[in-house]
Amino acid sequence: MKQSGGWLWRASVANLFFLYGPIAALILFSFNASRLSATWQGWSLEWYRALWANEALQAAAVNSLWVATVSTVLALLLGVGLAIGLEGLSGRRQRQIEQALLLPLVIPEVMMGVSLLLFFVLVQMPLSLTTVIMGHALFNVPIVLVIVRARLRKLDPRLLEVAADLGASSWDTLRYVTLPLLRPAILGAGLMAFTISLDDFIVTFFTAGPGATTLPLKVYSMIKSGLSPEINALSALFVVVSMGLIGLSLLLQRR
Amino acid sequence: MAEQPTSIDITSLVKRHGDTLAVDHVSLTVQRGEFFSLLGPSGAGKTSVLRMIAGFEAPDEGTICIDGRSMEAVPPNRRPVNLVFQSYALFPHLTVAENVSFGPRMQGVPPGEIVSRVRASLDMVKLTSKEERLPSQLSGGEQQRVALARALVNRPAVLLLDEPLSALDQQLRQEMQVELKAIQERAGCTFVCVTHHQEEALTMSDRVAVMHQGRVLQIGNPQDVYESPTSAFVARFIGVSNELSGIVRRLDGGRAMVQSSELPGEAQMALPDGTTLQEGSAVTLLLRPERLRLSTEAQGRSGEQSLAGSVEKVLYSGSDRRYLVRFGERLVWNVRVPNDESGRNGLQRGDAVHVRWLIADAVVLSE
Repeated sequence: MKQSGGWLWRASVANLFFLYGPIAALILFSFNASRLSATWQGWSLEWYRALWANEALQAAAVNSLWVATVSTVLALLLGVGLAIGLEGLSGRRQRQIEQALLLPLVIPEVMMGVSLLLFFVLVQMPLSLTTVIMGHALFNVPIVLVIVRARLRKLDPRLLEVAADLGASSWDTLRYVTLPLLRPAILGAGLMAFTISLDDFIVTFFTAGPGATTLPLKVYSMIKSGLSPEINALSALFVVVSMGLIGLSLLLQRR
Repeated sequence: MAEQPTSIDITSLVKRHGDTLAVDHVSLTVQRGEFFSLLGPSGAGKTSVLRMIAGFEAPDEGTICIDGRSMEAVPPNRRPVNLVFQSYALFPHLTVAENVSFGPRMQGVPPGEIVSRVRASLDMVKLTSKEERLPSQLSGGEQQRVALARALVNRPAVLLLDEPLSALDQQLRQEMQVELKAIQERAGCTFVCVTHHQEEALTMSDRVAVMHQGRVLQIGNPQDVYESPTSAFVARFIGVSNELSGIVRRLDGGRAMVQSSELPGEAQMALPDGTTLQEGSAVTLLLRPERLRLSTEAQGRSGEQSLAGSVEKVLYSGSDRRYLVRFGERLVWNVRVPNDESGRNGLQRGDAVHVRWLIADAVVLSE
């Protein structure tokens, strides 16, 4: 009993190290004073300073934030609306429509990127930040849908009957009962969508036009000219911000 | 609004769930200001009737009129009724005061009036100091009061209650029975209450409708349904009932000779006044356990009837003793004897005994 417990514990530690070791190394080396990534020469904030001064990176960061914000708002509008609409349907129709809506979750992202690119070429829409935003909204809608639907299903249907019984129209019920009760889920889903959009590379790669470089794309292009500690610093920031947002999102969904 | 004596008028209401008749041609009228209960086991269709009055389900046939107005095609939010749900269904994100003011706000009552109405309503259910609490911070009994206040604040013509006390513990349940009745008298509106709890229905109601398998079997005041049940089901459902069924072989003035498969030989059954029977018809005698007496002497008083049996079991429950008395192979009756004399140890298991009752206390059902 004690033996197996010790074994399990060691396996867990190994597993955690495997998962978080590289990230920890990345963050550690972002504070490395050496220009060469592999050798440690003491602590420094130099690369964070360089990051701050890099105007191309700043432009990419602004692009990323803009794309994430707008695509999240779009995904929320569509996703929450669809979730509430689906609740009104029942039986097979509900399941069929929901499955169709959730399909983007399982389609390989590369395929989605290629198909989006083809679509935009087909409708002769020039690639720009707008096309990136549309692509991100597309894969974020099912994520919002899943999170909001889970919360909706847990709502007591009697609350809606009570609202009607007390004289509320269906619009009043939506505004004063359903949406306030969904708020934690909507906020959580929004943060999740925002993070995923911020981190996305593949769909962005296919749908971004010239001048529509987001941070992940920028990191990729910088890496082509060799690993620099500046990238370590940028990635470290990314990891911390993403984890913070996801943590907040999960916290909100638990309420 | 003209004062009409009839609050709810239900005619030949039918509701089907698939192939089964959940509600089978129910007709009843409820008077204004009456406390009316729909009593029955689960699946009797009583909740369906309630939900149709509230407007959450549409009847397949029949009509519902409230204050003389047909409720056909009137949605729940436009009906002069409010429903208190079994689970209370308080809005978890709103405080007590916000829950109670929800109805008036939705109906566009001026803000000044909302405040005074909410206060009056919380006052009526005796819950004034907890206006800013959330439902999750209240006890079950308090949540129940908020649900009541939230419904009453709308001044409904009819308040509908779905198993209002089932979520409360025994002690609170008995207190709330008295309290609900008092609230109804203060509010002065019609209460229609669905319950499967017979004591609750008898205690609170002015009249009771006993339902079974979608049909109304009997409507009457609590005393009627308890003391003069018109069917064996009603007798069995409301309280414990002893029965003796058989075929009338001979009639002799006020007596019938009854042959029962439950007893050896024929039993002589004295009939209460006003019973009409025919030879050859099936008959059931119903007797309440508390109307029976036990004695070891064969000779009874005049106006009494008796059956001889033996004590099979004695159950002591504090305020009284319950005796199970066996007559023949298949018939066992329940006799309740109040424990009103200390030190009396009564009869023992196996004792021969005569069960006696006043002829007038027997209910005779003939088919």
